[in-house]
This record gives sequence, C-alpha cells and structure tokens, in this order.
Amino acid sequence: MFKKLKRSALGASVPHEKATAGMATVKMPLPARIVLPMQQHIGAPCTPVVKKGDTVQVGTLVGKAGGFVSANIYSGVSGTVSGIETLVGSTGAVMEAVVITPDGQQTVDPSVQPPVVTDKASLVKAAQDCGLVGLGGAGFPTAVKLSPKTPVDTLVINGAECEPYLTADTREFLENSDTVISGIEAVMKYMEIKHCVIGIERNKPECIDLMCSLISGMSGVEVKPLPSRYPQGAEKTLIENTTGREVPRGGLPSDVGVIVMNVTTVSTLGKFLATGMPLTTKRLTLEGDAVAKPCNVEVIVGTPVQDVLDFVGLKEGVTLSKVICGGPMMGVCLTDINYPVTRQNNGLLLLSDKAAALPAPGPCIRCGRCIEGCPMGLAPVQIAGAFQKKDVAALNALQVDLCVLCGTCSFVCPAKRPVTQTMSLAKELQRKGGKK
Amino acid sequence: MENRLLVTASPHITGRDTTRGLMGNVIAALVPCIVAAAIIFGWQALLLVGVTTAACVGFEYLYCLILKKPNPVGDLSAVVTGIILALNMPVTMPLWIAVVGAFIAIVIVKQLFGGIGANFANPALVARIALFSGFSTRMTAVVIPACVGVDALSSATPLQTADMGSLPLLDLFLGKYGGVMGETCSLAILIGLVWLLVSRTISAVIPVTYLATVAVLFAIAGQPVLANLLTGGLLFGAVFMATDYVTSPFTLRGKLVFGLGLGLITFAIRMWGDLPEGVSYAILFMNLLVPYINDLTRQVPLGGGKKHG
Repeated sequence: MFKKLKRSALGASVPHEKATAGMATVKMPLPARIVLPMQQHIGAPCTPVVKKGDTVQVGTLVGKAGGFVSANIYSGVSGTVSGIETLVGSTGAVMEAVVITPDGQQTVDPSVQPPVVTDKASLVKAAQDCGLVGLGGAGFPTAVKLSPKTPVDTLVINGAECEPYLTADTREFLENSDTVISGIEAVMKYMEIKHCVIGIERNKPECIDLMCSLISGMSGVEVKPLPSRYPQGAEKTLIENTTGREVPRGGLPSDVGVIVMNVTTVSTLGKFLATGMPLTTKRLTLEGDAVAKPCNVEVIVGTPVQDVLDFVGLKEGVTLSKVICGGPMMGVCLTDINYPVTRQNNGLLLLSDKAAALPAPGPCIRCGRCIEGCPMGLAPVQIAGAFQKKDVAALNALQVDLCVLCGTCSFVCPAKRPVTQTMSLAKELQRKGGKK
Repeated sequence: MENRLLVTASPHITGRDTTRGLMGNVIAALVPCIVAAAIIFGWQALLLVGVTTAACVGFEYLYCLILKKPNPVGDLSAVVTGIILALNMPVTMPLWIAVVGAFIAIVIVKQLFGGIGANFANPALVARIALFSGFSTRMTAVVIPACVGVDALSSATPLQTADMGSLPLLDLFLGKYGGVMGETCSLAILIGLVWLLVSRTISAVIPVTYLATVAVLFAIAGQPVLANLLTGGLLFGAVFMATDYVTSPFTLRGKLVFGLGLGLITFAIRMWGDLPEGVSYAILFMNLLVPYINDLTRQVPLGGGKKHG
C-alpha cells in the first residue's frame, strides 16, 4: 500500500500467446548467402577485416570491434566473401555489410579453440572474442557490461521474457540449461560475485522448476518467480523486483552493485567457454497470424529474413503486412524483407493486414491509466502535454529521460493514442535540450 | 519493392479497453439507478432520462457538425452525461428545462472547452448547479415517491429534517423518500458501484475516501452517520460524479487528497452552510483544484528524484 503511494507501476496485462514454448528448436538449412551488417550492437560499428574474394570459415572474424563499446562479428558459414555492401537498417542507419556465399562445407576455423579463462580480465577477453552482446534485444556489448566501474555483488539473470509471443529464452532454459548454469558459474567465479538471482515470469513454470532443481547445490544462487505482468524484463524493473534496489536516474545497474545478463547471453558465454565457438547462430521465435506453423528456429546470423520466411512458410491466402523484429510491445518493424537476421534478434512476428491494423486514436480522456501502468512511475499524459508545448523544463521535471519505451502506456490507453511514440519524441526533445 | 511492408512505432498491439467500452460500463452501472427511479417515481422518470440523454447527444452532434469537427457521438460520453444530468433532476422537472440543462452541460461546459477530456469541471454537475440557480423551486421540488403510502416520509428533503437520527434507515437505503431521481435509492447506486469496480472502470479510492471522510467527520460531530451517508446526493455524487476521469486526479495520492477534500467541504456545507446539500459544490470546487492536485501529487519515478546529470 505504501509502495503504491510512491508509484503504482502496474504494468500491463498483455496476452501471453506463448504457444511455441513447448516446441523444440528446429535448425534451418544453410541460406544461399548471408549478410553481416557491421552494426549489430550498441556502440561503434565494426570494421570489415575481410575483402571480396576472401575465403572464410565458421567462426572466422569478419568485423573487428570499432572501439571498446563494440563487439566483434564472426562468420557463421564457410564460404567466400562476395562483397561489402552498403545497407540501410530498419532505423534508417546506413552501415557496411559483409556478404558471404556459403560453400556448404561448414568447415570450422582452426582458431576456434576453448579460451583459457583464469581471472576477470580473461573473462572480459572471452566475451570480446565471442562477439557477445545482450541477446535480449538491446545488443549492449557484454565485455563492457563485465567491466563495471563500481564493485558488483549481485548477478541478475533476466529470464522474464515478458514480451508476448517470444519463447526463445524459454527454449534456452529448457534446451541449454547446462550452459546457462556454466555461464552463471563462470561469471560469478571470475567476476567475484557472491549472489545471483534468476528472474523468471510465473507463466514459465517449467523453466522455474528446472532452474530450481539445477541450482539446488549451488551457493548464493536463487530463482525468483516474477509476476506475469509486462514488463518484468525491463532492466530497472527487474533489478527492483529481484534485489529491491533502485537504479538512480542517469545511472547504470552497476551503480547499485548489479550486473544484469539475459539468459541466452549468459548461456552463449557458457557455450563459448566450453567450445570457443563465437556467437554466429541465434534462436528466433517465428510467430504471428501470417505464419503457417509458429515455431522456434535456429538461424545463422546474417540469414535474410526472406529465407527464414521461405523456410517456415506463410499461411495460405494471407497478405503479409508487417514484419516485426522482436516482440509486439517493443519490436521494430522491418522495412525490407531481405534485411538479415542480426544477433540481437530473438523473434520475428509476421502479421497479416488484419492483425497489423491499429485502431484509430481518439482524444485523451485523462483516465490516468498510462500513469498507473508506467513501470517507471512516470506521467505520460502530463509528459505529452509538456511535449506539445515544447516545454523542455517541464519535461526535465517530469523526468522523461527515465522512460524505457516499453509500450505499456500505448497498450493500456483506451483512446488508443500512440503514447509511447510521443514519449520517444519527448525524450529526444529533452535530450537535445530543445535544440533542433 | 514487390513486398510493401507496413511500418509503425511500437507497441504493435493494444489492450481491450476503449473509450466507448468504458463509457458503456458507466451506462450499465447507471441502469439500476434508472430502474429504481422508474419504480420509485413512476414512468415519467424514464421520459425525463430519455429526453435529457437525447438532448445531450443531439447537442454534441450538432455542435460538432456546425464546427466541422469529427463526430464524437460514438464514444457514448454524451449519453453518460445525459443520464447523470437527468438523474440529478426531480421527476416533475419540465422537459424544456431538462433540454436547457443538456445545452449547458454539453455545449457550454464540455464542447466550448474542447470536448471530451478537456472540460475543467463535470458537465452534468455544472448543469445541475446552473439549473439550481436558475430554476431553484422546480429543481428542489419535493416529490413524494409514487410507491409509498401516506405514512411514508413526507417532509422536504430529509436533510432539512431537524432530527435526522429518527429517520427510517431502511426507507432511506431503498430510496423511498423525496429527492432528485437518481440519488434516493442507495441500493441501486451501490449495485452500480460494484459493476464499476468489477469492470475496472474506476478505482474505489475516490468514493471510499470521500464517504469515509464524511462518515468520520459526522461521527466526530456527534451527528447520525448512516442517515447522512444515505441521504441527499452524497452517494450518487461520490460514485458517479466525483469519479469522472477528466475532472479527478491521476495518481493514488491525488485521489486520496481529492476524496479528503470532497469530504471536508461536503461536511462543512451540510453542518454550517445555509444550503441543505453540499455535494455538488464540493465536487465543483475540487474539480477546479485537480490541475494543482495533479502537479503536487506526482508519483516518485523508479530511481528518480535526483537531478539529471
């Protein structure tokens, strides 16, 4: 009750639609070509280290990290580099992309060897050599995350998977629980972290049960079932719900002694430590009313989305109208169906024209549901008012910069207003201080 | 580009609730009151509700037609205003005055200030107050309920009775006493409240805080608590008028402050004012304070509070 006086942070009761949770991952055959954009992460783009005509193998470095906040990109196929193209991303960013034609052999690069990890520095090096980024969707380089400036005492594993439809992380828990555990053990050991909380939404009881049984012998590790209410997986919300700590405004999780890693990220790290094979494949949940048979598919990073669609098949007589990378709450619409699958993708949602149509917005009735729902305790309706007046001082006072663009406000709005989009624009205005 | 894709900002799904649906819930919640009014005061009650509602919808449609604004009638908010306004009148109200009230509510209070979501006070409430000022004898006409015999409560509004402690509480609860159509039957109002809460249309905070404040204050003052809760427009106002989205605060804190303020003002007017009834003025006054309450009762954001670096 007293906590509710501070902020309601109710979130949204989104539909779960997790029918693919029980389906084993299917491996997709080799595509005719792969396209590796040099920006598949937050930070500086990679520099191509191969040129047209070069032969590459599975695990060969093709893009070198363009700085500390960046992450190497490796080839997932053996074959020949057929060129370096310019690619326009879904967000409009222009970047280079290495195009590779597979030879079908899938020869593994001899450099792929299990790394020798003895301390924190070599763990960070391993994350770099793995090309590991936050696989929950954000794509933040893991090596940077493992180099906090302040002491960390808690590792939080994000297994909330709060987005509707997506079950890629659920399958990671169920299919690769050994590497999930070995990844957690490695991070705890080398980062000298005593405590680990694995946060899983209650709508995944099989994952909760499995993890509980696997951690029973481990010290300092606990499983925390989370309410099935969106957005449990939002980083700051997750930290509060698992540790009770509040990440300060403008701060990082490490400021409160926490590192958050997505379950697939930590599992991929576990795999890399055992095999030395960098991140070159990704599990995608293929869902939506335009898909013939929803499923989880293991895809080589760089595979064009069109090839994935050809593999899973579209429903007969349905017009594909919208392709969303990620879940329906925060996913980004694809502008071009030939765009490749990137390493931070965790799902493709394929919607027919019927499902893609959004209701027409009406006037705001000031019901306050956006405020009640906002997981950050912001006031979207008041922020929208301040944004309309271009009042940067008011946006500052309303702390719009804390918005995580989770989509809850738009989802709950009975007037069907695009509140989240307004929040995004308001954030931008406040960030630039009103300057164009 | 053979395959043209639709691109929109996230999120790509929305919840089930719509403005129209929420207004529909309020209308459903008002049905018990309409039925009770018809039973207690006779079939004329239905006529008055029908005419007032039709006038509200008609004025909203015409206003937007003349000003070339999109037709808002489908959101059902004018229907809600019409029903609430009608239930705020005695059954003997001449129909033309009801139409005047509808004009005040929809055109003056709602549309001139920008339509749904932009009005500063509850349209039905301001219309009720305007009718009280303009047609006071007809608005306060005491109607002996058609369903009760001669031995029933036949004084003026029971709030003017000298000894409120002696009033028969069951009759008050069932609405067998004089007053405006919607406010007398507490049972019907409570059924409506249950539906509003079950359908998650409103939160219980405002009505509960409001009624609790009034109850506590009357108890402290040594006045009969139940008789005060069950008479006049208190229950109807607390459930249907103080909870109007547009003119009530956003946050839990704000709603608590709002309910507390409503209770204090209502108590003060009933105790010391010349008016027998304080609910309308309490709600109007608190309506005007809502923008300030909203600014002063903001939530504390997660990790917020500190200045941005």
